[in-house]
Amino acid sequence: MSVLPTVAEPMGSVPAAPGRSSLLARIWRDRNGRIGLTVIVLLAVIAVLGALGVLPHDPIAQHPAARLQGPSSRYWFGTDQFGRDIAARAAVGIWTSLRVAVVSVAAAAVIGSVLGISAGFFGGWVDQIVSRFIDILFAFPAILLALAVVSALGNGWQNTAIAIAVVYTPIFTRVSRGPTLTVGGAEYIKAQRVLGTPLPRILLRHVLPNVSAPIVVQVTLALSWAILTESALSFLGLGTRPPTPSLGLMVSDARNTVATAWWTLTFPALAIVIAVITLNLLGDGLRSALDPRRDSRP
Amino acid sequence: MPDRPTSGEIAIDVRDVVKHYRTPGRGEVQALDRVSVSVERGQVLGVVGESGCGKSTLARLLTRLERPDSGSVEILGRRIDLAKRGELRELRRGIQLVFQDPYASLDPRQRIGAALAEVLSVHRLPSGDGRVGELLETVGLPPSTAGRYPHQLSGGQRQRIGIARALAVQPQILVLDEPVSALDVSVRAEIINLLVRLRDELGLTFVFISHDLGVVRHLADRIAVMYLGKIVEYGPWDVVSDTPGHPYTRALQTAVPIADPGLDAPPTELVVTGEVPDAADPPSGCRFHPRCPLAEDRCRSVEPLMLPASGRHRLACHVVQSEAATADGTNG
Amino acid sequence: MSEPILAVRGLHTAIRTPSGPLEILRGVDLEVDRGETLAVVGESGSGKSFTALSIAGLLPAGAEVTSGQVLLEGRDLVALREPERRTVRGAEVGMVYQDPMTSLNPMMRIGRQVTEGLQAHGWSKDAARDRAVTVLGEVGLPSPQALMRLYPHQLSGGMRQRVLIACAIAPRPKVLIADEPTTALDVTIQQQIIQLVARLRDEYGIAVVWITHDLGVVARIADRVAVVYAGRVTELARTRSLFATPHHPYTDGLLRSLPTPGDPHQAPLPQIGGSPVALSALPPGCPFAPRCAHRQDRCDTEEPPLIDRAGSRAACWVPREDWHAPSAGVTGRA
Repeated sequence: MSVLPTVAEPMGSVPAAPGRSSLLARIWRDRNGRIGLTVIVLLAVIAVLGALGVLPHDPIAQHPAARLQGPSSRYWFGTDQFGRDIAARAAVGIWTSLRVAVVSVAAAAVIGSVLGISAGFFGGWVDQIVSRFIDILFAFPAILLALAVVSALGNGWQNTAIAIAVVYTPIFTRVSRGPTLTVGGAEYIKAQRVLGTPLPRILLRHVLPNVSAPIVVQVTLALSWAILTESALSFLGLGTRPPTPSLGLMVSDARNTVATAWWTLTFPALAIVIAVITLNLLGDGLRSALDPRRDSRP
Repeated sequence: MPDRPTSGEIAIDVRDVVKHYRTPGRGEVQALDRVSVSVERGQVLGVVGESGCGKSTLARLLTRLERPDSGSVEILGRRIDLAKRGELRELRRGIQLVFQDPYASLDPRQRIGAALAEVLSVHRLPSGDGRVGELLETVGLPPSTAGRYPHQLSGGQRQRIGIARALAVQPQILVLDEPVSALDVSVRAEIINLLVRLRDELGLTFVFISHDLGVVRHLADRIAVMYLGKIVEYGPWDVVSDTPGHPYTRALQTAVPIADPGLDAPPTELVVTGEVPDAADPPSGCRFHPRCPLAEDRCRSVEPLMLPASGRHRLACHVVQSEAATADGTNG
Repeated sequence: MSEPILAVRGLHTAIRTPSGPLEILRGVDLEVDRGETLAVVGESGSGKSFTALSIAGLLPAGAEVTSGQVLLEGRDLVALREPERRTVRGAEVGMVYQDPMTSLNPMMRIGRQVTEGLQAHGWSKDAARDRAVTVLGEVGLPSPQALMRLYPHQLSGGMRQRVLIACAIAPRPKVLIADEPTTALDVTIQQQIIQLVARLRDEYGIAVVWITHDLGVVARIADRVAVVYAGRVTELARTRSLFATPHHPYTDGLLRSLPTPGDPHQAPLPQIGGSPVALSALPPGCPFAPRCAHRQDRCDTEEPPLIDRAGSRAACWVPREDWHAPSAGVTGRA
């Protein structure tokens, strides 16, 4: 009874979606992402200039004659108690802070996510061991744990980075394990198994991208927290070793002079605040850029 | 209706398969209990049953998403339940699975084209745009679909993608787990027609799993009816769906509403009472006895065996079997 | 003809979207008599669930009835203020939902779930209790006294749906709205629920509006059918007449696309083709025209109202006699 003309495979109306653009372009489309991206590039340029030593003033050389001078056309952000240019020191300090933050968070994110995804995907004894391990790490207050690690290893930026990574690894583990439990049971993962896709590829191409959103958000939160921790550790004398400038050290040094020279505290503190806010904005932009479902929305 | 001519070659052979799941709080759930069934190459086996009958577990064992506790699962003459890595990948090129919910079974972050190309490259098959376009065309979609994400497609289009992805490895067998249940009525016929066409053009073997006897009746050559982890009736499609022997199949037949108000509602005595019991604690004897209108004493204690009723038609019911025996006795 | 107990006239319901209001219902007309079941059939996105929610006054935030009437015994429910509407809801219009798993409060005993609604409508505690026991027995649940003390997770899906039905009919409403009440259930349980609702309808003399996508269920339960497409009723007819001689090509296409025992085995099923129209991009004329095999020029420019056709009403310009030859009806199938 094929009475109705079988309409020749009637599938013409697939919606025309714009081609998907690059990650940067998609971050740029988000207002917060745009601000974050702009400022972070600026900070990076400043940091690199500071690291290269091409700034007009040496950040380490002391000029006793020019102690505690206010902001001027010569010293934009003024000078500290040893006559060092605060602008130059802040630029290098941003480099120091960002370096510690990026290295530590990258390490924590990679190790933590690998642990979390393995625990969530394989379950069983893998999950038991990983979960107990992170429970133990979580039992310590974060800053105490960082202090303990640095005290054990000694200071220096690499050790500060290790300390922060140790604190953040369990957080990444927890953040990635939960969504992996859901994604691991999803039909599209089963479908990949039936299709014979090798396990590493399933984990890398199908599980990871689908649990990446909370990880990415955590990365930006962790970066700002790492900058603060680095500053705090330096402030306590356990971070970057003087005379290398770091934002935390500068804030620490300014304790004695802030009453008479406000700029010694204000500019380094401002740099910390700006870096933290910028990373948060960038995180917002990244989160919306990573969701393909946003592409088709008006 | 004559059977579709077959080579007589066996594509799927499931023997005495048992599968338990351990669930927290409920103890052991027996999902499949000594299930045996085979499918000849080129045939469509329809599997019908309600929730908890084990039909989806069967699909998972056939595609080696899981392994049976005991028994054997042979695909194209080889044991997929025992296969090791390399052999397994090869066997998976022979048997593929299409899921009920096409949205859930596609990676939301992968474009359609990338999803299809990935399958091809994993199996080291030629994977150019041409081949992806060809696959899309096979399931009736324009090549431009390759650039879309799953959420940009309609339910029917997504299910076509699910089918295209399964076909990418050029399998000989498709296991279809409720492939039209999640679709709108006006789309179901399209997918059913597509499946029939693909079966004919590509010479595929199907295991078609559904709770809808009407759809299974239309597509299947043979039908297996499952209840609480067991096959209770098996036979040619027309016998099982039109003149079923097992009281459960009869109940299903009357329970599935047919879009024809001219047919009167089923007489009340054919309506099954109660609900499917907990699979963690199946009833003794015949598992259907607490709901069965024909149940006798022996049904409560002795488990009926699958015995031939006529030709290829088999069923597991004490009452129907002894009625048939009595009838034979009087006739002979 | 007596006044229908429930009449819906020109009902428009819209939701707020980022790009402005979107009409989900574009003028729905329905009637149900006492002791009668009206099935509202449609596919996903057709507006069938919004029809139920609009009648019951249970629209989600962001959605509202923009015009039209819902007349319960001649009284317009749309015009009521919220406190009055709350009295009507439950007491006069009962509602049963699709998912019996999530529609009951998991932390509350069955007894309280039933009595709570009654007490909200002014029943005394004791009267509500007695009524709850009675009604739980009426919906076919065993030992209602004991059942009152159980929690929802101790019941199976079918029993939970019976509890929901008991909640809905306990205050003796005049209209029962059932929104896909059997979709989440197994077929043998679905059959039990269908029979239960039919029995209650007869005993209580209530009017039932049964929302579904399943034409098989429609054939079993309905006295009359309203087929919904793109936010409007496209065909309204007595059940037998709708199945025997559909007067709208959409109804015709739906009926043909179902596999029935009369079809040749494994032969292609007739299919409608195309996909349901998006409400945000409706064509200027008949919303079904782009998929319609019997389309005429007029269909592309003018949207048809419900037109009287031998015993039914269909929103189609083209009378059945003028449909193209291949679709000479589905009567041959019966």
